[in-house]
Amino acid sequence: MSLKLELLTPELSLLIFALLVILLDLGIKQKKVLAGVSILGLLVSGGFVLTLWGRESASAFNGMFLVDPFALFFKLLFLIAAGLVILASQDYVSKFARFQGEYYALILISAIGMMLLATTGELISIYIALELSSISLYILTGFLKDPKSSEAGLKYLLLGAVASATLLYGMALVFGLTGKTRLTEIAQAIQTIPLTTLLDSPALLLGIILLACGFGFKIACVPFQMWVPDVYEGAPTPITAYLSVASKAAGFAVIARFFYTTFGVPDWLSLNWGILFASLSAITMTLGNVIAIAQTNIKRMLGYSSIAQAGYLMVGLAAVGVASMADTLGRSGLLFFLASYTLTNLGAFIAIIAISNKIDSDLIDDYTGMGSRAPLLALGLTLCLISLIGLPPTAGLIAKIYIFNAGVHYGLLWLVVIGVINSCISAYYYLGVVKVMWLGAPVSEEKVPSSWALRIVLALTCLGVLVLGIIPGKFVQIAETAVRIFTS
Amino acid sequence: MPHQVPWLIWLSPMFSFIIISLILRPFFNHHPKLSGYTTIAAIGISCFLSFWVLIEVLKAPGHRLEIPDIQWVVIEDGISIHLGLIVDALTAVMLIVVSVVSLLIQIYSQGYMHGDPGYPRYYAFMSLFTGFMLGLVMADNLVFLFLFWEGVGLCSYLLIGFWFHRPAAANAAKKAFIVTRLGDFGFLAAILFLFYHTGTFDIERLHSLAIAGTLAGTTLTWAALGIFSGAAGKSAQFPLHTWLPDAMEGPTPVSALIHAATMVAAGVFLVARFFPLFEHSKVALTIVAVIGAFTAIFAASMGLVMNDIKRVVAYSTISQLGYMMLGLGVSGVAVGIFHLFNHAFFKALLFLGAGSVNHATGTFDIREMGGLRRVMPWTYITFIIAALSLAGIYPLSGFWSKDEILIYSFKTQPFLFTLALITVFMTAFYIFRVVFVVFGGEYRGTKLAHHSEHKLHESPAVMVIPMVILAFFSAVSGWLNLTGNFGEFLGHGEARGLLEGFFGILGKPLPWLSLIVAGLGIYLAYAMYSTRRISPEAVGRTFVPLYTTLSRKYWFDELYERIFVGKTLVNGLFVGLEAFDTYAVDGSVNGIADKTIATGRALSRVQTGQLQLYGLFIAMGIVAITICFYFFG
Repeated sequence: MSLKLELLTPELSLLIFALLVILLDLGIKQKKVLAGVSILGLLVSGGFVLTLWGRESASAFNGMFLVDPFALFFKLLFLIAAGLVILASQDYVSKFARFQGEYYALILISAIGMMLLATTGELISIYIALELSSISLYILTGFLKDPKSSEAGLKYLLLGAVASATLLYGMALVFGLTGKTRLTEIAQAIQTIPLTTLLDSPALLLGIILLACGFGFKIACVPFQMWVPDVYEGAPTPITAYLSVASKAAGFAVIARFFYTTFGVPDWLSLNWGILFASLSAITMTLGNVIAIAQTNIKRMLGYSSIAQAGYLMVGLAAVGVASMADTLGRSGLLFFLASYTLTNLGAFIAIIAISNKIDSDLIDDYTGMGSRAPLLALGLTLCLISLIGLPPTAGLIAKIYIFNAGVHYGLLWLVVIGVINSCISAYYYLGVVKVMWLGAPVSEEKVPSSWALRIVLALTCLGVLVLGIIPGKFVQIAETAVRIFTS
Repeated sequence: MPHQVPWLIWLSPMFSFIIISLILRPFFNHHPKLSGYTTIAAIGISCFLSFWVLIEVLKAPGHRLEIPDIQWVVIEDGISIHLGLIVDALTAVMLIVVSVVSLLIQIYSQGYMHGDPGYPRYYAFMSLFTGFMLGLVMADNLVFLFLFWEGVGLCSYLLIGFWFHRPAAANAAKKAFIVTRLGDFGFLAAILFLFYHTGTFDIERLHSLAIAGTLAGTTLTWAALGIFSGAAGKSAQFPLHTWLPDAMEGPTPVSALIHAATMVAAGVFLVARFFPLFEHSKVALTIVAVIGAFTAIFAASMGLVMNDIKRVVAYSTISQLGYMMLGLGVSGVAVGIFHLFNHAFFKALLFLGAGSVNHATGTFDIREMGGLRRVMPWTYITFIIAALSLAGIYPLSGFWSKDEILIYSFKTQPFLFTLALITVFMTAFYIFRVVFVVFGGEYRGTKLAHHSEHKLHESPAVMVIPMVILAFFSAVSGWLNLTGNFGEFLGHGEARGLLEGFFGILGKPLPWLSLIVAGLGIYLAYAMYSTRRISPEAVGRTFVPLYTTLSRKYWFDELYERIFVGKTLVNGLFVGLEAFDTYAVDGSVNGIADKTIATGRALSRVQTGQLQLYGLFIAMGIVAITICFYFFG
């Protein structure tokens, strides 16, 4: 058996560039080069991903490392998110006296972790990939070393450790029951156990719940969402953006693969976790939206909003669960929604980074009259907020239609009704920001300048949001291709 | 022809709207001219592509192009949304009318709107309107048709109220929006009704259902009448005509484009688009003809006494739209649309002429004008051509289409023919009254437009050239049907030789009758307003009640505003609704909203920032989920 190293090229090349960034940091005075090298690394890695796209699915290391369209889709998503975050970080990072190289390297390393998370099919490597991405994120959260940032970093670390422990406990139970670590083998082993309901096997029941909870921390669903507002507020804003999209997407990638592969058959088993995610989804979106209304800090508001968005995304997971064999809609909807959400939320955060950098405030009240002080940024932010509500002509609309359509299709009408009501609630606080920006009288006449890098990144994300919203056809097909591995 | 061409026709002005409103207006506001150039370029592209489409449609078998649907969202096992266009003869003709007239008016507007602080906003709305209007004539299903339909209505509202700081303009905009909305309500009801009965929004599918007889009887009649109510609102047909004269508060090029050539004609187009439905309902078709003929004479009678040049032309528009409806009702698509086609050019020209006169004198009141033929020769000549065309004088374009309508109504509805013939007389009279009062005699005005440097002058070339081009069309556009080609293209007509078409018509009695009637109208205007052989004041005194009735517009505004809106709605229905709204609706909505916000506040208080508490919540969460599973799983 050969090593098939070419399958690992995206991760390996990114690792080389991450180390290169750290090395260069020692000798180079002009720190902007580091960002350039990081972007180059992401591009190279992305190039390797594209060469693998369209090939037959393959695996390496005894089935631990799976290269299929699903994994490649997520790898590309993480690379894009990391690239946009690095571009948006430049102004921010250039203020640091030290450790600029580490900042970029850690973003790259956490991206590697997430890519591995999307690509593994084995318990131990899943855990290691999860820790790799998480630990880099803990450090990045506390990177500013001011009291707020440090507190956020510490909170994230400690709660993350609790979640890891929960996950490990779940894994241990499943391993104990089946004696296997590879997901496909676990699935086979479960089918040999004579079971009619989940209550016949408390170990399996608890295993599923603990696994769902451990991963639930990653996607920030209720009741594991408590860390979100504090961490989002304290972390450097580009890292908040990164956390809110890439880290969440990684969580969904691993849940979709893990639960489908391991607990996809028999039908009653998958129905069980489908209902579990459906219930969590309803609670998550409602709680996220209702609390978001009361927020006065825009980063906290977007934190709660991202909890609510996780709720919408879980409609897709629930659809996978309740119709694990028939479903294609829920899965591809999940992927499309994640792509749309990644671009949209990144766009919103980039606009906020640009504005907050200059006015030194995250309060929504201080955004008053931003439409005349910084028309471009306000326009971009407005577009992203509209997409988060799910209004035309943006990606958010198509994504919501897509994922809710899956819900209705597989008999989760009640959940979709809750989702639609929640979308209406969410319009209140999203549009509140829009209203303040365009209709409020400016606090001062002073213009808010922004760097070209930020403007370009914002324009790119907005363009993406519009393209996904206006001509989604191609991207729907890509999402459908990416999930086809599950149904064959 | 690439399939993208028809799409580009309506998307091009849309892009122009986006460029102007998102880029030019925020960032290049000190170069207002750019927005004008952008609009003209975009509509120029549409115009060029429209001619391309016309040529392709002429060549195509059955005069119809198959444009593959664009699959907007196609999700496996899920929903799929398709977008499509109809490109047939009717579409091709409408595309030419809209894009050519719009292009000329955009060029003219550069002179007319020169120096207006809202210049970029004006062009943004004009682009948007043109985009919607071009989309409207190509839409292949009712949902998109309705979307575009409301889009042009919105633009009409925005442009009538363009000078929104003037209360009259703001009120006129509101009135136009509300009155047309009444008609649209019927249209929307018809759309839903049709969907309920047939399960489709596709227009061509509805056609085939009507032709096959699946869609028939009272269902078909009600659907057709609902569609006609929308058409009547847009085309200002009786009794929804009151908004159009007030709409003259908008800039004059807007009146020329929207309220003469295109949007108001959309109602006529709508009936033509759904003609297979009307054709199979005798009742609906008769109603169309009757309303059309009545509107024609009714509006013309009010045009006789107006002193505002734009209002005369506005009543004339309503009257001519009535003619088109009559044409559709008595003979079919070809005749009605032929009149629409000719009318678009000469009526747009009349409005541009009125705008040109206003540009020089600063007023629309014809009593303040006079003697303008000497200072404004170009305006004078072009206005005369348009007036002759409107009056239906051989061989100008208006003659040909009006004559066809008269011939067909004589054959089928003799009573309506009589109404139409009287209208011919009135039309000739009112438009030549304007001609003699404005251009003849001596200048009577006292105030001058601020930018005319205290001297009457001809308008700049940028305004005159579009007028000359339109004058050319007003003269010859009717000749397109000399050989019966135009009618045949729209699926209805007989072929004849060119010379036979041009001169043969003079060998028949009916055209002579209408020519004599029109000539009498012109002569009466000449006698009253040029030679003063008959004193207009004396006529007015002799027929006081009639004069009052006409100049008060049959008291329709009073009827609607005082009695219907004032007594019935405001004092009756609205009082009850308000109480319901305050107590039941607001009460519950505010209650829910307050509760939601309060819940949000309460819940965010749980977010204490204390780590132990967060850990506790995680543990409690896991336990709660397990318990739930244990009991309900």
